[in-house]
Amino acid sequence: MAEKKEKLTIVLMHGELDYALAAFILATTGASMGMDVTMYFTFWGLNIIKKNDARIGGKSFIEKMLNFLNRGGAKRARLSKMNMLGLGTYMMKGMMKKVGMPSLDEFIQMANGLGVKMMPCSTTCGVMGGLSEETFRPEVSSLAGAAFFLNEARQSSVTLFI
Amino acid sequence: MKADHELDCVGLYCPMPIVKTATKIKELKVGEVLEIVADDKGIKLDMPAWCQATGHECLGMEEEGKEFHVFVRKKHD
Repeated sequence: MAEKKEKLTIVLMHGELDYALAAFILATTGASMGMDVTMYFTFWGLNIIKKNDARIGGKSFIEKMLNFLNRGGAKRARLSKMNMLGLGTYMMKGMMKKVGMPSLDEFIQMANGLGVKMMPCSTTCGVMGGLSEETFRPEVSSLAGAAFFLNEARQSSVTLFI
Repeated sequence: MKADHELDCVGLYCPMPIVKTATKIKELKVGEVLEIVADDKGIKLDMPAWCQATGHECLGMEEEGKEFHVFVRKKHD
């Protein structure tokens, strides 16, 4: 094995179930391959790591409205295609369960157990209704900015933007 | 081939066999052999790739019907 741990950095920009699954499959596999994995969540990707039962916060009316319409939580993630008002997502989840594939919630817990670092983008948190650390799941570490991500990516042998 | 430990991954798809192997190999002593049984075809390329990345030795693979038996020797802690 290499003396220094290889690094894998993943940006998740999308908030849909399919994108998030791809990101977490690669993150858990990378960690299992002995890589140091950092996941960075921005824009709609933030929804994936919000608490499933987060309070609808926000300082202004507009912020509250946005957080009401954009609640987030891994359990609420829908498919980017063939959602069909939730029916498609429901069926896909059923198919995943049938073949023994973990749910997105379980993938997030597994990634955490394997030492994957999960960081929300501080700018998007600020723009999208002043989200704070309390909005996110306990698996998530501190907020970070673009410089932090680029510094991680600079040292990574693999960087993915999903 | 003879193995010291066995890991049943039948019915599991990528990435679970790899994640489970990575967890299980920690329980082995250096030099011991782990037999992984899986029925996801991806394992044929995934396990040698995992071995290459982690430095463990992929000893070989046996196909029995729909099942793949992969043998991995632990090379380091």
